[in-house]
Amino acid sequence: MRRAALLAATLVAASMAGGTARAEPDNYTEAARGRYLTVLGDCMACHIGPDGQSLAGGHLLETPFGKISVPNITPDNDTGIGRWTADDFHNAMHNGKRPDGTHLYPAFPYTSFTRMSRADNDAVLAYLRSRPAVENRVERDTLPFPFNIRLLMAGWNWLNFTPGEFRPDPQRSAEFNRGAYLVEGPGHCGLCHTPRNLIGGDRDSEHLQGGALQGWFAPNITADARLGIGDWSQEEIVAYLRTGHTDRTAASGPMAEVVAYSTSQMTEEDLKAIAIYLRERGAAAPPAPPAVSAEDPRMRAGEAVYADTCAACHVGNGSGVAGMFPRLANNQLVRQDDPTGILRVVLQGSRSVATPEAPTAPAMPSLGWRLNDQQAADVATYIRNSWGNAAPPVTPDQVRKMREVVADRPG
Amino acid sequence: MSRLPKKDVVIIGLGWTGSIMAHELAQAGLDVVAIERGPWRDTASDYNIGTAPDELRYAIRQDIFLRPAQETLTARNTPDQVALPIRKYGSFLPGNGVGGAGVHWNGHTWRFMPTDFNLRSHLVGRYGEGFLPEHSTIQDWPVSYDELEPHYDFFEKVCGISGKAGNLRGVTQAGGNPFEGWRSDEYPTPPLKPNLAQNLFHKAATELGLHPFPLPGANVSTAYTNPYGVRMAPCTYCGFCEWFGCANYSKSSPQTCVLPVLMRQTNFEARTLSEVTKINLAPDGKTATGVTYVDSAGREWEQPADLVLLCAYSLFNVRLLMLSGIGTQYDPATGKGTLGRNYAYQTNAGSLGYFDKDTHFNHFAGAGSLGMMADDFNGDVFDHGPHGFIGGANLACNSTNARPISSRVVPPGTPRWGARWKKATVETANHTANVGSQGSSYSYRDCYLDLDPTYKDPLGRPLMRMTFDFKENELKMSRFIVDRTAEVMQAMGAKQVVKNYKRGPWDVVPYQTTHNTGGAVMGNTPEDSVVNRYTQHWDVPNVFVSGACLFPQNAGYNPTGTVGALTYWALDAIKNRYLKNPGQPMVQA
Amino acid sequence: MPALTRRHLLSATALVAFSSSALGRSLTGSLPWQPNEAYPPQLVRPGGWYFLTADEAAMVDAIVTRFIPADDLSPSGKDAGCTVFIDRQLAGPYGTYEWLYMKGPFSANPLPTQGIQSPLVPQQQYRQGLAALAAHCRDQFGGKRFEQLTGDEQDGVLRAMEKNELQLGQLKRPLLDAKMFFDLLLQNTMEGFFADPVYGGNRDMVGWKMVGFPGTRYDFRDVLANPGQVYNKPPVSIIGRPAWNGRPA
Repeated sequence: MRRAALLAATLVAASMAGGTARAEPDNYTEAARGRYLTVLGDCMACHIGPDGQSLAGGHLLETPFGKISVPNITPDNDTGIGRWTADDFHNAMHNGKRPDGTHLYPAFPYTSFTRMSRADNDAVLAYLRSRPAVENRVERDTLPFPFNIRLLMAGWNWLNFTPGEFRPDPQRSAEFNRGAYLVEGPGHCGLCHTPRNLIGGDRDSEHLQGGALQGWFAPNITADARLGIGDWSQEEIVAYLRTGHTDRTAASGPMAEVVAYSTSQMTEEDLKAIAIYLRERGAAAPPAPPAVSAEDPRMRAGEAVYADTCAACHVGNGSGVAGMFPRLANNQLVRQDDPTGILRVVLQGSRSVATPEAPTAPAMPSLGWRLNDQQAADVATYIRNSWGNAAPPVTPDQVRKMREVVADRPG
Repeated sequence: MSRLPKKDVVIIGLGWTGSIMAHELAQAGLDVVAIERGPWRDTASDYNIGTAPDELRYAIRQDIFLRPAQETLTARNTPDQVALPIRKYGSFLPGNGVGGAGVHWNGHTWRFMPTDFNLRSHLVGRYGEGFLPEHSTIQDWPVSYDELEPHYDFFEKVCGISGKAGNLRGVTQAGGNPFEGWRSDEYPTPPLKPNLAQNLFHKAATELGLHPFPLPGANVSTAYTNPYGVRMAPCTYCGFCEWFGCANYSKSSPQTCVLPVLMRQTNFEARTLSEVTKINLAPDGKTATGVTYVDSAGREWEQPADLVLLCAYSLFNVRLLMLSGIGTQYDPATGKGTLGRNYAYQTNAGSLGYFDKDTHFNHFAGAGSLGMMADDFNGDVFDHGPHGFIGGANLACNSTNARPISSRVVPPGTPRWGARWKKATVETANHTANVGSQGSSYSYRDCYLDLDPTYKDPLGRPLMRMTFDFKENELKMSRFIVDRTAEVMQAMGAKQVVKNYKRGPWDVVPYQTTHNTGGAVMGNTPEDSVVNRYTQHWDVPNVFVSGACLFPQNAGYNPTGTVGALTYWALDAIKNRYLKNPGQPMVQA
Repeated sequence: MPALTRRHLLSATALVAFSSSALGRSLTGSLPWQPNEAYPPQLVRPGGWYFLTADEAAMVDAIVTRFIPADDLSPSGKDAGCTVFIDRQLAGPYGTYEWLYMKGPFSANPLPTQGIQSPLVPQQQYRQGLAALAAHCRDQFGGKRFEQLTGDEQDGVLRAMEKNELQLGQLKRPLLDAKMFFDLLLQNTMEGFFADPVYGGNRDMVGWKMVGFPGTRYDFRDVLANPGQVYNKPPVSIIGRPAWNGRPA
């Protein structure tokens, strides 16, 4: 018998034996809708439980303010949300509040989920309640003082958060509005792709212009041609989200997870809507810096490193191999002001995402052991300023700091 | 020993045949576990572009191969000698870990000729029984080329083999091998780009009336997506192919062709660093109940299963049958028994050509399968009557590498060290080429495998003993072939040609090939074979055997293409016939 | 609250179960992957001897210099780092034949086709071989050490070893004799001269420069685009080349 089926059967048996038996409402369509919403919201990415299948949470998320534990959102009465009402759930999603009135931390992106409707939140809860209850007690008080004082979140919310459902723009097409809802609501793309202010709120004026998240950089996804997706066709954006790979790039790092658990399972219409929204909502990016001259000694050194180390995959002129090795020529990712992305993959390597349509998942080898700080900085500078790219040069000091970040870091 | 929950299929070894079997059977819905004694291996971590091109580590210190300390064989040339352990692998280099030898191979991927399959009846028909060498034990295969053709085709497509067809559905194609068996389709990727040596060979061979063609190989020439949806990148002629893992996804291997989709199947499990020690049988000896294996802590486990697939390296499949007491050990003195019988190898030799200083071969820009070939003297393509031997070889002019620890050609008579050595090395470097040959190795009564009486492995089990030598028939064939290679070398413009005739006896030290064939031969009757034509064991119907151990004798080609074809052939039988009637023999003995 | 990382990619998407005792190492669900996973060789730095004594090293210095003398084609074997290479190799797994099959019984009469059958590992072969060579020089050359002989005398001794016309103390095949030891010395010297510089020899890639071997470059499509031309690019090793640091080749 298939192992997965056996495991599922075991879980069902466990839940039935565990004393959380309850009457089950006949809400098949609502729960199905809720299931799709959890794909849109990528709940699995954070709430995945120790069994690798349920949403029982339990592990710790790192933030600069300390570690936050991810709660159990299976319908277990004691350790999960089994006793929550629909009002409770909506209050969490819409206002960032727990049933007892205390605040949730915006590590849980209620700042985005607030845009979801009451009906949507009821559907999500219907789905969550249809899943087996998994007992997994999560220690919630993990942040150090003073961040463990949830009351302080009131002030943070006043500065950074305005609750409110999504309002479609009547001047725009239905597809644009659907895309806007997906991106700004359940998709919570801005959580990563928008830069943060000093206390960790969104810099609204730079929405979707790229954000750093501890050792990764989620690039600009405005319609800017140089740094964002303005140069991408609608088909390309859809293919990227569905398969994780296009001729020019591959999703890896945290985005690999988004593709695997969320976007690769969205409907084709929804992916198109996201693409239309992103391409039509406008471009915003700083102007291009002048390219570092090819005669610059850093470029010369970087060119030598590139020819000997990188060209066998990415090709001497940066053209890459479609579907295998990203094209570095005229590449938005490589040109972001923040060189975190390129340094991270060069130093620690990276496995690109595997999806049913693109299962190969080629991996960038780790080269941090081979290149010293100056060599890694120079090859990054060279790549960022060749073949139509222009970006600020990279310093050995930036490499040194990135090494500390990636040293024992999980992918 | 602890017993684990039963699986539908247990696969011993996760190399080429194991990966293919696992993927197809998992896709068919079965619960499959593959048990591999070596480690997991992956391109980016194990064949990192900064660590892979390291001649000392991989070619000289043999880092990627099976360590003799873990398993080796004993070897002797004739049955009256005492076999001694191969303490350091040399003549052949078995693989290790997930991917097996499929990681470190050169990638030459051939089909045997149609006449290779009914070899004995064909040769006897043409030349008479008396023409066969003394003590020859060659025999017909129980399958035909036509039966294997669709499976050759599919394996080549899974690998993305680069080449040029010479015979498409019976119609000769220019630029390909006119002597090959008919193909239903062109090669999946075009031939690799020829280097100087290949161009010179092509021109010279054509002038001599031969029919040169590019070597079909598992170094893909263009980006390629195989039928499983797995993608590969183009070869960059790095010159670190054979004995090395590929760093840029351009050499066909289980890693680059099958594992990405195999690992996504949730009903498949890979268990590494675990060595299968025995196939377990039911008390009546007619059914396998599963395997016993030892983990890296030395603990024993029993893995029950309904179907047992022997997919380790060919030699070790044979040994495992011996150690499990399945089948009857062959004894050359009596001629009785079939297990270990008809062991064969490959007969390789060639010529070296010295060229002038303006000929820059740049062999360092090479690939494992970068070569120009001619099959005019292979198989039974030519009339053997006047020559007094059977068998043949392909002629090969390859540019695979210029790695300097191993290849520092100097003119004959040059000292091996000192100032004159240096001068000669510099003057000769980059100005020499080889025309070699991969020759057939037919089976003989006293070339066989059995268990050694003295030497043991770390688990206390007897090593396998290999008794083998080159016979006069093969040496004679090889001398003829070497003379042909020298003719081509001369026509290529060499200033000096040195013939390197193969001389016996077989020596375990110098590398020759890792093409060990036979020992668990496939055949039409249990009297002369270990498995039937579907690779199902005659005595234990739920055990199937893969690999070159199935070959009744070896032809003038590398075995891997045929190993791949046989795997898909067997899978076809397992999926469409055996599983509908499991536990039953598919051929009546 | 600041943005945060996704939790461990490995444990989520990979569904890898590193099950403890029961199942050895079990992999299912996706290709495993770890960040920073590579297995580079350990960089050898000259300075001190890890296995050879100072006397032995001096003898090996002289031997590798006879094997590869300094001239306009390359520095000497010693200056290329061959002795350092040999010393570090002997100090590592090669020195004890760690991965070879070294179980007995060891035959006293192996066939010539049966390869290595000596129970002596390279560490022992060097120790005994060099001691016997030193004794031979003391006896035959009035108390001198090998490195004190003239170049011609050293060559004479080496040639005699190469032809097995010299008896080194009590050493005998199959354990060790003069020719076996000579072959080992020559093989290791050539390894040191032509291996990647990361191993301590082939300093500054002098061996590769001598024979025009480009090293680890890995992409030679430019050569295949135009076969038969002189290849001019400088070689590169695992530890790079001068141009990586902005220095001339």
